[in-house]
Amino acid sequence: MNTAVKIAQTLDCKGLLCPVPIIKLAKAVKAIQVGEVVEMLATDPGSVPDMDAFQRQTGHEIVSRDQQGDVFRFLVRKTK
Amino acid sequence: MGDRPKRLAMVASKGTLDMAYPPLILATTAASMGWETGIFFTFYGLDLLHKERIKHLQVSPIGNPAMPPPLPAIPALKVPNLLGVLPGMTAMATMMMQGWMAKAKMPTVQEMLDLCVDADVKLFACATTMGVMGIKQADLIPAAQCAGATTFLDFAGDASVSLFI
Repeated sequence: MNTAVKIAQTLDCKGLLCPVPIIKLAKAVKAIQVGEVVEMLATDPGSVPDMDAFQRQTGHEIVSRDQQGDVFRFLVRKTK
Repeated sequence: MGDRPKRLAMVASKGTLDMAYPPLILATTAASMGWETGIFFTFYGLDLLHKERIKHLQVSPIGNPAMPPPLPAIPALKVPNLLGVLPGMTAMATMMMQGWMAKAKMPTVQEMLDLCVDADVKLFACATTMGVMGIKQADLIPAAQCAGATTFLDFAGDASVSLFI
């Protein structure tokens, strides 16, 4: 886990299902500056492949991912 | 990614509660990834753009053997499909599905449509359906754009993904 990353916003999407986490993530990424990072917490197992797909489709970079219990944590850096 | 964003073009042809979700879920997701997104609402699918009808979408147990029993713990209580014709069964099935959605914290169909509007999803209202069913522009939400198949195909012709739902 990259501890040096400064988090601009945290999105608590625990208990939420597709498409809500991705909609919230897209809104959050829109609101921050290029280079800033959004922390996303989710419990939907579908969010794991979905976050990879989000990175491929949007170009925003997943700089960290880990799992604690049932909670997946992703750090997404806005790239453009 | 190329110079032009990807594009999703969908036809939403169903006006039941269960079938309202898939096009709206795909549209909000595509828009969230920066795709240009448009939905052509035709036949009963047009109810999703109708200010009043969207509030009364239902799901019927008739001819729907996938519908689970009202109490999941007691599968033996599964309602025989034939009994779906009894008064109140559609209302019950509708309430059941709304309950699942609320429990899973899913947005309502109205909320999903509002998210589409916020995300600038193109909402084409099938002109033929409006004519056949006597639906006026004033009956539809302001973001609905009356258009024919030609307009939709013009949009869909450049789509990366096209779906009929």
